[in-house]
Amino acid sequence: MRMQKRRDFLKLCNFIYAQSTESWGEFFLGGRRITRMSRSSLITSENDIDIGLELTGDEDDVSTLQEGQERKRHRGRRKAGEREKKKRPRRNREASAAGEAKEEESQAQPQKGKRGRRRRERTEAEEAEGNQRGEEKHAKIKSGKAEKTRKNVRNEKTQKKDQEEEEEEEEEEEAGSRNSKRKKRRASAKEEEKEEVESKHKVKEQTQEVKEKKKKKKKKHKKVETSSEQDTSEEEDKDEADNEEIGVRPESLTPEELEKLKEAVDERKKLIQGLRGKPWPMKKKLVTLRESQEFVEKYEGALGKGKGRKLYAYKVMMNKKWMKFQRDFENFKTACIPWEMKIKEIESHFGSSVASYFLFLRWMYGINMILFGLTFGLVMVPEALMGRPYGSIPRKTVPRAEEASAMDFAVLWDFGGYAQYSVLFYGYYNNQRAIGWLKFRMPLSYFLVGVGTVAYSYMVVIRTMARNANDSGVGDDNSFNFSWKMFTSWDYLIGNPETADNKFASITTSFKEAILEEQESRKDDNIHLTRFLRVLANFLVLCCLAGSGYLIYFVVRRSQKFALDGLDTHSWWERNEVNMVMSLLGMFCPMLFDVISTLENYHPRVALQWQLGRIFALFLGNLYTFIIALMDEINLKREEEKIVKFNITMWEASLYNGTVSENSTALPITIQPADVPRGPCWETMVGQEFVRLIISDTMTTYITLLIGDFLRAVLVRFLNYCWCWDLEAGFPSYSEFDVSGNVLGLIFNQGMIWMGAFYAPCLPALNVLRLHVSMYLQCWAVMCCNVPQERVFKASGSNNFYMAMLLVILFLSTLPAIYTIVTIPPSFDCGPFSGKKRMFDVIQETLESDFPAWFSKVFSYASNPGLVLPFMLLMVLAIYYLQSTSKSYKEANVELKKKLQTQNEENKKKNKRAALKAQMDLEEAKKATSHGDGPEHQKNNNASLKDQEVDWEDNQGNGPRLYRGRNERNPSALRIKECHLPATNAPVPRSHHHGSHGAPGYLPGLPLQSEPRMYRVPSMQRH
Amino acid sequence: MGTTASQLGKDLLSEYQELTFLTKQEILLAHKRFTELLTKDEKDRPNIRISMGRILALPELKSNPFRKRICHVFSTSEHKDGSLTFEDFLDLLSAFSDSATLEIKSHYAFRIFDFDDDGTLDCGDLEKLVNCLTGETDDTRLTTEEMRQLIGNILEESDIDKDGTVNLSEFQHVISRSPDFVSSFKIVL
Repeated sequence: MRMQKRRDFLKLCNFIYAQSTESWGEFFLGGRRITRMSRSSLITSENDIDIGLELTGDEDDVSTLQEGQERKRHRGRRKAGEREKKKRPRRNREASAAGEAKEEESQAQPQKGKRGRRRRERTEAEEAEGNQRGEEKHAKIKSGKAEKTRKNVRNEKTQKKDQEEEEEEEEEEEAGSRNSKRKKRRASAKEEEKEEVESKHKVKEQTQEVKEKKKKKKKKHKKVETSSEQDTSEEEDKDEADNEEIGVRPESLTPEELEKLKEAVDERKKLIQGLRGKPWPMKKKLVTLRESQEFVEKYEGALGKGKGRKLYAYKVMMNKKWMKFQRDFENFKTACIPWEMKIKEIESHFGSSVASYFLFLRWMYGINMILFGLTFGLVMVPEALMGRPYGSIPRKTVPRAEEASAMDFAVLWDFGGYAQYSVLFYGYYNNQRAIGWLKFRMPLSYFLVGVGTVAYSYMVVIRTMARNANDSGVGDDNSFNFSWKMFTSWDYLIGNPETADNKFASITTSFKEAILEEQESRKDDNIHLTRFLRVLANFLVLCCLAGSGYLIYFVVRRSQKFALDGLDTHSWWERNEVNMVMSLLGMFCPMLFDVISTLENYHPRVALQWQLGRIFALFLGNLYTFIIALMDEINLKREEEKIVKFNITMWEASLYNGTVSENSTALPITIQPADVPRGPCWETMVGQEFVRLIISDTMTTYITLLIGDFLRAVLVRFLNYCWCWDLEAGFPSYSEFDVSGNVLGLIFNQGMIWMGAFYAPCLPALNVLRLHVSMYLQCWAVMCCNVPQERVFKASGSNNFYMAMLLVILFLSTLPAIYTIVTIPPSFDCGPFSGKKRMFDVIQETLESDFPAWFSKVFSYASNPGLVLPFMLLMVLAIYYLQSTSKSYKEANVELKKKLQTQNEENKKKNKRAALKAQMDLEEAKKATSHGDGPEHQKNNNASLKDQEVDWEDNQGNGPRLYRGRNERNPSALRIKECHLPATNAPVPRSHHHGSHGAPGYLPGLPLQSEPRMYRVPSMQRH
Repeated sequence: MGTTASQLGKDLLSEYQELTFLTKQEILLAHKRFTELLTKDEKDRPNIRISMGRILALPELKSNPFRKRICHVFSTSEHKDGSLTFEDFLDLLSAFSDSATLEIKSHYAFRIFDFDDDGTLDCGDLEKLVNCLTGETDDTRLTTEEMRQLIGNILEESDIDKDGTVNLSEFQHVISRSPDFVSSFKIVL
């Protein structure tokens, strides 16, 4: 029986070796044959012993297979090189842990388990040894058997070995000591556990096993390390011994050891934290986690003593809780993002470009929410709650003349009447310095909110732009055009077959388009004609722009005349002419541009950008004409104001005279505030204009949406049954969603908000409402009556383009607002700044009266040109410096890229030369041995060379230190390769020969002969 | 199953939470969905594997052109049949979850795209990838000439060391600059 077991055990080892061989060397036929053979023998032998063993054998089989796969997978992975080194010891652990698990399992069935255990333990040990062998193979790869055959290359070889040692040592240092120490500890833990359950005999066996393992480990150390490194290895061994002791008695610790332990624990914790970011299968992660947690739990307590321990535990617990809270909070935050599902749905139907519009819309909504919060919370609500109530003073009362019609819907719709004399507009606010029991500084707040709105918008836009720029990488956006299309175009969220079909189609078109583009960029046709056509097109567009500008100017001037005449005498059209004309121009001019742009024959993407640019110019032109016309009106109002002011002094004087002349007993005359004459208040007028503009713009957008998209879709859908041609595929068809047009509309709308928000605090609120409605309306419209675009553009590329436009618009829209604030004196009888010379005087006033004297003094010093100018100079210099550094970084990047490429080419050349030489040597060797396995070796050779390259890559990825270190050595390494490759190869045919021919008679009892083969074959593969 | 929570075990659940990018609810949901795929008698057995066919029937994977590759990559089965245990399934969901890092996502993406499992994306892999992306029908498929040019362009862009294949680090380099990879490489139950 004993003998039988022994033989089985040997068979098992053979089997495991063979397994690993199989995975290492696929084209090594002999190995495979042996594997098969041994497997069959194994199974038969096991069958007549017991089932439990077979189970173990099978599972071992699994794990080895998995390992083999893993290695195979990892082989080519350059970056993974180092990681793998770390992994290997862990694999050992895993294997042993698996064995442990099995042991526990088998405890339940003690009868078989007893017998099976011993064998399993051996298997486990063998497996561990197998792994170690693998490492040894690794170590011997380059030196291999050359040692025996060639003594003249000794020196070089030792150098080589050093190199290997470095690798090995890294591994050892990182994991080895800890690893073995852990094993010990685990083993001891196990012992304790077992003592309760099982007999001592087994325990002994266990310890023996562990010791055996340990010995092997050390043996490996020694094998790897040369005499020069002997002392370090001894040190390490000592270390292990130390750690072992720590493991046994955690109480008697010196501070050093404590420190070490702490480090180990911290490292473990780090490991646990980083575990989820590791691409391992769950089983492995689970095992590692359990081990690490066990370790941490066991030794965490040892770190603190008495009270300290409690505190430490508390801290650890709090840390855990905090992490959990953070995680939950993140989840909560993502759950709070509105319209996520809606946008996802659209995305899965229409692709990312349409979704990008909605994302932009949502982003805009967010910004407007904040602007709205600012104006609403700091201006409108305080004034409504704490300011004087409606009707208390003239500016808060509807004048007597308008009272009759103040509640009419037409007037309210025009934001006249009661709407005009409310918190919605500038004129309503009082110039009282502090209001209510809070002593709220209303004028100051009003001013600061106005400034803050603009400042916040700038900040957000610029920050977003910077983030986008960061995301899109440094510099050129198009460098990975094709690869991105290839690797990232599939949206894994798509779960609808129809959408998937659409996506297939769109990806195909995008591929084709990209290819076409590539081809087109190389060819050129009649350049004169296209040039002429392009000039013509631009001329036409300029004409359009000029025409629309003039039209708006004309209309605005005419409307002023109408306004002077009084609104009642004119029709609805005449009253709303300006807004209507602007909206109509905004609607039809883009279409015109689209027609014109067909003349130009640009590539679609370029054409799109031209189109966007033109629409942008149109909108901007319109807006500025509007503003200029408004400026004229402001000047007119100010003239009027002067007259009114004069009249009022006259009126007051007369009133005063009248009261004096009349009875003195009369109470101070109570004049109804509605009767008091007042100025025209140009600020409210400006605000009203903007509000009207926004309203009409919104209405046009919605109506075009309903008519242009919905009605068209309905007509096409239902008239198609009774029409002479196919409406769906033919002329009208369904409309596409015009992303760029919509984005532009949104941007200009926002520009108007920024421009008018100072004079009409209600504008952000209105905009929030508008965006909210259009979110739902457009989502609905897109889903129900639009078809996906034929040419789909990548949204992300144009994202910053939109942002840049937004920034330009922001700048251009704040310009007139700031101009009016700074240069035009406020109206004398309305608004929070009435009575001041300029609006920003409110700052000075606050400084003087609300702050201590020294503060205003400091402030005045700081605002001294002598200080401000140098400061600005400094800022300019800083900008210049940053820009130049960023430029130099870019250059360095390009340079590095070039360097990498040349180095790669060089390396490749070298490899080629090496391969040639190796091949020649091989030929010679083949002649010498005259065995017919030539091509296979060549293949092996090539593979090894390729792997050499891989290795080099590894170091590239590993950072500068390794990079330099290895690169210098690389040539010599290669040379050695050349020298000893034939040497490693030469014996192979022999053993292989032996293996293949001696297979039928090959007995598992002869491991010695098989071992060299085992080493060599993987070594060919591995390096 | 009302007893999902107890079935999974509190310790195991917290371990899974530690090891994946999923929240507790997500893990429980995953478990629920997974057990729904099981037949009655399979439910009692631990560590049961679900064959690839049944996994592919999930609506989340049904229309994904890479569904088979995904199963193969995440499967720990020794028969290479793409069958998944619950832990494999969790691995899958974790890699495709919202909060997974770019690194792990790109790692798995690389393995999914590496059709022959040889550790690099060579021309054959890329061709298969393109065919996956353009769908099975003939009218969307690219011609050989287009395919050749496309692959040539891709290699020109992303094959930094010019060895004719795209390896993991090159792949990750390309992917890391892509603005929408992380947002599109997602599967949510």
